[in-house]
Amino acid sequence: MISRAFEILTRRIDGPLMAALALTLALGLTVVYSASGGSSFERAVGQGRNLALAIFALWMFAQIQPQLLMRLALPVYLAGLALLVGVALFGEVRNGARRWLNLGVTVVQPSEIMKIGVPLVLAWYFHRREEGLRLRDFAVAAMVLVLPVGLIVRQPDLGTALLIFASGFFVIFLAGLSWRVIGSLAVAGAVSLPFLWSVMHDYQRKRVLTLLDPMEDPLGAGYHIIQSTIAIGSGGILGKGWLNGTQAQLDFVPERSTDFILAVFGEEFGLVGNVVLIILYMLIIARGFMIAASASTVFSRLTAGAITLTFFTYAFVNMGMVSGVLPVVGVPLPMISYGGTALLSILVGFGILMSIATHKQLVSS
Amino acid sequence: MLGQALRDQQRELTVFRNRLMLSGLFILVAFAILLGRFSWLQVVQREYYHTLAEQNRISVVPVVPNRGLILDRNGEVLAANYSAYTLEITPSKVANVERAIDELASFIDVTPRDRRRFKKLQEESKNFESLPIRTRLTEEEVARFAVNRFRFPGFEIKARLFRSYPQGEVASHAIGYIGRINDADVKRIDEQNLTANYKGTDHIGKLGIEGAYEKELHGETGSEQVEIDAGGRAIRALARSEPISGNNLVVTLDLKLQKIAEEAFQEYKGALVAIDPKTGEVLALVSKPGFDPNLFVDGIDPQNWDALNNSPDKPLNNRALRGQYPPGSTIKPFMALAALEYKKRSPEFTISDPGYFALPGVAHRYRDWKKEGHGLVNMHKSIVISCDTYYYGLANELGIDAIHNFLTGFGFGAPTGIDIDGELAGLAPSQEWKQKRFRQKWYAGDTVSVGIGQGYMLATPLQLAAATATIANNGVPVHPRLLKAVQNSRTQETRELEPSVSRDALAARPEHIALVRSAMVDVTRPGGTAAAAGAGAAYAIAAKTGTAQVVGMKQGEKYDEKRLKQEHWDHALFIAFAPADDPKLAMAILVENGKHGGSTAGPIAREIFDYYLTGRKPVLKPLKPGDDDEEHD
Repeated sequence: MISRAFEILTRRIDGPLMAALALTLALGLTVVYSASGGSSFERAVGQGRNLALAIFALWMFAQIQPQLLMRLALPVYLAGLALLVGVALFGEVRNGARRWLNLGVTVVQPSEIMKIGVPLVLAWYFHRREEGLRLRDFAVAAMVLVLPVGLIVRQPDLGTALLIFASGFFVIFLAGLSWRVIGSLAVAGAVSLPFLWSVMHDYQRKRVLTLLDPMEDPLGAGYHIIQSTIAIGSGGILGKGWLNGTQAQLDFVPERSTDFILAVFGEEFGLVGNVVLIILYMLIIARGFMIAASASTVFSRLTAGAITLTFFTYAFVNMGMVSGVLPVVGVPLPMISYGGTALLSILVGFGILMSIATHKQLVSS
Repeated sequence: MLGQALRDQQRELTVFRNRLMLSGLFILVAFAILLGRFSWLQVVQREYYHTLAEQNRISVVPVVPNRGLILDRNGEVLAANYSAYTLEITPSKVANVERAIDELASFIDVTPRDRRRFKKLQEESKNFESLPIRTRLTEEEVARFAVNRFRFPGFEIKARLFRSYPQGEVASHAIGYIGRINDADVKRIDEQNLTANYKGTDHIGKLGIEGAYEKELHGETGSEQVEIDAGGRAIRALARSEPISGNNLVVTLDLKLQKIAEEAFQEYKGALVAIDPKTGEVLALVSKPGFDPNLFVDGIDPQNWDALNNSPDKPLNNRALRGQYPPGSTIKPFMALAALEYKKRSPEFTISDPGYFALPGVAHRYRDWKKEGHGLVNMHKSIVISCDTYYYGLANELGIDAIHNFLTGFGFGAPTGIDIDGELAGLAPSQEWKQKRFRQKWYAGDTVSVGIGQGYMLATPLQLAAATATIANNGVPVHPRLLKAVQNSRTQETRELEPSVSRDALAARPEHIALVRSAMVDVTRPGGTAAAAGAGAAYAIAAKTGTAQVVGMKQGEKYDEKRLKQEHWDHALFIAFAPADDPKLAMAILVENGKHGGSTAGPIAREIFDYYLTGRKPVLKPLKPGDDDEEHD
């Protein structure tokens, strides 16, 4: 009876991936506890609740057959797009950004839906055009990608737009966009950089400038970066120990439990901790690639590959920003940072990955 | 068709796998970059960032030492400390200070005086300094503020030590006061390399003992290493080095005597210095009117400041050290000594006083105060009845440079070197001085006026007192001082100051002094100019009266019709010591507009001697300046 229940629960779960995820999530909880001052369980318990919900969602999505997901891709994308237009027209402004839409029942942030919607719909599209992809198909895909990304950039929410663009680009890249096009796009991108600079918001420019020289404005824009690098650097090889990071515990690290949680982690667990975290991330990515490589349909291949690469992007952008090699972009550290929404979208992604991993036998048979 | 599709599919899978491989490589490179960055920060640069992190979290907070107490010679407290809560504002942290204070006033009393004082402090200090809006908060007020604290960023309750002067106005000019450190103080502290020791200190001695012995009183600042959070709040103490409290100072003043002396002046302005002639210890130092030093402690408000600063009575002016008056007839005993010393007069030398003196070949007559003259006058009588004519001729024969040289030996014309700041030098004129000052030749007539302590001659009450004490001390110059002993506030160990052994040459020969002294004793006996002061005394008083002419109104004084007349009255002077044969106390008294030394200053001296020598408490009788037709000394 018990073994039967266990069988049902774990049937669609990929063991190695789940193990790596569980280790990372457990690590995340301990860091969130420390990053919230180490004296109250409030945040850690809240994050535990978020985690329970996100794992349930993972399990749910793991049950859904890839075929069904493929059928849902276009409606989800269109709904998301409609909501984004709604945001642009009637959205609520918070902290100077128009990102939220009040649906009467609840307030939603449609860009979150697009984190899953964009790669799914692109994978669906390439799956449909399986027989001989032409340049025209890539043009259509580019349109599908640029439309929501443009709307999100205008909110403005550069971080999310960047990640959604990356997730869509990964699908297109993996589908085989020719190197010539990629090369010319890169050149075009480099050429348009000055233009991009001119349309950037002041605060966005500042973030780039801050990356180049954080000491220019040590108490303003540079403060985050300076304090987080001090935290990480002072951690040394072995770290100051859990709950003992002075930068973290005395509140010198800003946004220590969300976007800058790596500074807390790096200070308290040192280089050893950072290496362990990178190894965990690499294990997850490696497993994701294995699932993608052995997936049976174009849709599942592309989806699995894009989800894995997007996950990598999250991790790299956040770690790069907190350690001062990338500009400050509002991206949380996946599975470590406090916060429910990001956790949910990441674990839903891994749910889909598991669905792909565990449903391929059915398809190929 | 199907084969084509299959080939396409195969091709697509190959492309996909290749690209996946490529991505994998990219990811490896990306993570390698991150690992490189982490190694750089956490291994290579670790020391640097560790230092920065420590600097972030550790703040060294100065621990201010307790300021030493000031005690009188009998242990009575003249300056003490008390700890109280203050409510302080850091203006740079408050958006609208005025409005915030208004809001505060809704539940804590803020008087107009508090506001004015705060405003003045604000103008005088830097924006980021913490300035008191209220001092001496009650426990209840502290509690009330604590509840509302969140509404007042930039406001803080602090427990601070305050200076208090329990005696109020009494001896205020000698004790001085402390005030907030201003720019000039900062500069001086910096020059003396004491900046570190004054971290956390915001008051400094400004005047009197408080100013002169700042170093002894201040103590050594300790420090505390505190862990702070990003908001600057202290989390816990890491290490502490205790401050060393300032030394307690025992001053030479006798508080009871001081009080009696101040009360003896009644409503008169003036100054008094009383010295123990054997040691130079100043037992009383009076400058009337005084001021309440407590007003300065937490920053004086503009209204009180203006009142003190602009009053025609000049309460902030220390008349004892800074009032320069013509000594008048009180100079006569010194002139007599000079004449004896330079052998220009013998004690028996007698003149016949016609009531005036004239220089040979000059028509101008220098008049005696007694129109008809004193008849036959020798040295003894010249002092007892204060004959002017005798000294006109005596001075003329001595010549100004001899007078200058002799008076300098008694301390005239130079600061006495008392151990508080601000003393003025007075003036013992000479030919050289006049040439320098006015580029003019010295005239014989100038010398004649100096003979009776007028003309260019000026002395401070302190100088007169020191010179009088020197006579009382048989010609050994007396150097007045206010500090008696230094007491370590922790061990209570007291170090008495070495009695200063005078290495100065005798100011006058003891046998000459004996002659002058006997005449000074007769001044307070029937027939003398201060007979009233000596009447019925159980001991002999040696004294000399004097009158200083008030030339006219000085610049900057307000014209006040009612006061005008009295302001033109002469100043009364009196020097004395007693008991005459074994002097225990020597003093000089100046009563502004008191007319005659014998009538106003004399009774003050008598009360002080009575108390000091016999313990008799004074019964104050109104001081009468005397009528104009009365003896003029």
